[in-house]
Amino acid sequence: MNRNRRRQSINYTSIAIAYALTGLALIPLGLVLWFTIAKGLPAASHPEFFFNVERPVDVPGAGIAHAIVGTLILVGIASLGAIPIGVLGGIYLAEYATSRWTDWVRLACDVLVGTPSIAIGLFAYALLVAPFHHFSALSGSGALAVLMLPIIMRTTEGAVRLIPSGLRESGLALGLPRWRVSLQLILPAAAPGVITGALLSVARASGETAPLLFTAFGNPFLNTDPTQPMQSLPVTVFHNALLPYQSLQEQAWGAALVLVVMVLLINLTSRYVLRRQIRLAGQL
Amino acid sequence: MADRRPIEQTLAQVGRPELLTVPGASPAKINVDSLSFFYGRNQALKDVAFDIPERKITAIIGPSGCGKTTLLRVFNRMYDLVPGAHAEGHVLLDGEDVVSTRNLLELRQKVGMVFQRPSPFPMSIRDNVAFAPRLLGWPSARIKTVVEQSLERAALLEEVKDRLNDPAASLSGGQQQRLAIARCIAVSPQVILMDEPCSALDPVATTKIEDLMSALMREFTIVIVTHNMQQAARVSDFTAFMLMNPEGRFGELIEFASTADLFNRPQDDRTEAYITGRFG
Repeated sequence: MNRNRRRQSINYTSIAIAYALTGLALIPLGLVLWFTIAKGLPAASHPEFFFNVERPVDVPGAGIAHAIVGTLILVGIASLGAIPIGVLGGIYLAEYATSRWTDWVRLACDVLVGTPSIAIGLFAYALLVAPFHHFSALSGSGALAVLMLPIIMRTTEGAVRLIPSGLRESGLALGLPRWRVSLQLILPAAAPGVITGALLSVARASGETAPLLFTAFGNPFLNTDPTQPMQSLPVTVFHNALLPYQSLQEQAWGAALVLVVMVLLINLTSRYVLRRQIRLAGQL
Repeated sequence: MADRRPIEQTLAQVGRPELLTVPGASPAKINVDSLSFFYGRNQALKDVAFDIPERKITAIIGPSGCGKTTLLRVFNRMYDLVPGAHAEGHVLLDGEDVVSTRNLLELRQKVGMVFQRPSPFPMSIRDNVAFAPRLLGWPSARIKTVVEQSLERAALLEEVKDRLNDPAASLSGGQQQRLAIARCIAVSPQVILMDEPCSALDPVATTKIEDLMSALMREFTIVIVTHNMQQAARVSDFTAFMLMNPEGRFGELIEFASTADLFNRPQDDRTEAYITGRFG
């Protein structure tokens, strides 16, 4: 009886400690969200914030339209490059990978995921900026694409591996070529997982500052020409937060809020899509 | 048309006259001749030789690990997916060697396969059947008739004709398996391989599949691997009994005969021991 009570008290204590530590871990997350919302809302609550571009200090009506458009274009071009290559690479890893060569590919992917994004920015600078002697959105997209590629490849590989081999065999047993089974049977079955990976990489790329600092550089005006320098949300936050003017710092908070909401929406969408994948995989 | 020799003749040619127990002059669809199979260095089959008669149901029985499924997967070269797997010897489909053929796609269209798990494609019931014909580039009018005919021949059309656009995963297990059969016969195979097609089904669904097999026998040569001896006895015309060689750890064909003979008058002691339930 006594032993039982001791066990119970140990049980309750450990549960309490676990809860307390979880709470502790959630505090920074909550604070970040709270600060971003509290400090960002004043700037972001004016509609013109979303439609205007930068104004000189203390001239009212400044906005971040150029940064929003810039981020959409930068990430859009990066996705156009990274998603097809990453998805095909992921299918290759999952479906055709048997040799030692593919272990190297996988290792390279994992190393690339862990590579500091500033190094990737430097790489894009050397390859896409320096030879042309000027900054451009394309070079920024190139850096972001390199960043997204390994994430997409590995999540695609994971999603394709989730598909039971019976599906592949059933397709091949009908006399269909292997590449058509991969692309038209396996890939659609894995689509939600693949989309999740792509969305997560988009979310990651949207929030990256370092690779854009010396590639897309920044631009105080609204620019849609990808061969020219382009503003983006994270770079706006970075620059404005460093300037000693309250109005500009408020804009930085506003831009940060927009960015957080954007990334949050992408993440929520990807979770929803992933849930569908799991349900689908259960049916196969 | 390839030559269709009487089974006695071909058996004599492959040098296994002791297998001449098969009565009736059914022409052979598949001749298996001194077939050995390896997974890397491990031998899985040794010197398997027998003839599978055309438009009959041939069952392959034996305890787990005796190489039944491996043998079945040689017939449509499904083993090509396994790295390091290779076959030696010959498997002739209408006189053409399956083991050395380069044209896998044509082979697999001729030799369809139904698996233990039905694996419905993640699409509608109709698209499941139409999938392969579409990828093969058939005209859409032909695909439409093929879908209906295949579902009809797989004894599924009655049950699903009002919901052809529903996802295939909404069907019951037995219906999914019949859908897999419909999918398989849509590309007009000549041989249908069945790998434990009923092992995941309840008795009612099993009966339906077995009835279906008897009906399909008129058009197709069927080879079925089964754990279930009663099922082999019920549905098949011929039965091959396989066993793992205790020293070599590879599978061997012990006896091949008409199902009636194999179950009533087994020639080999091991066959008798197995079918009377003394082991396995």
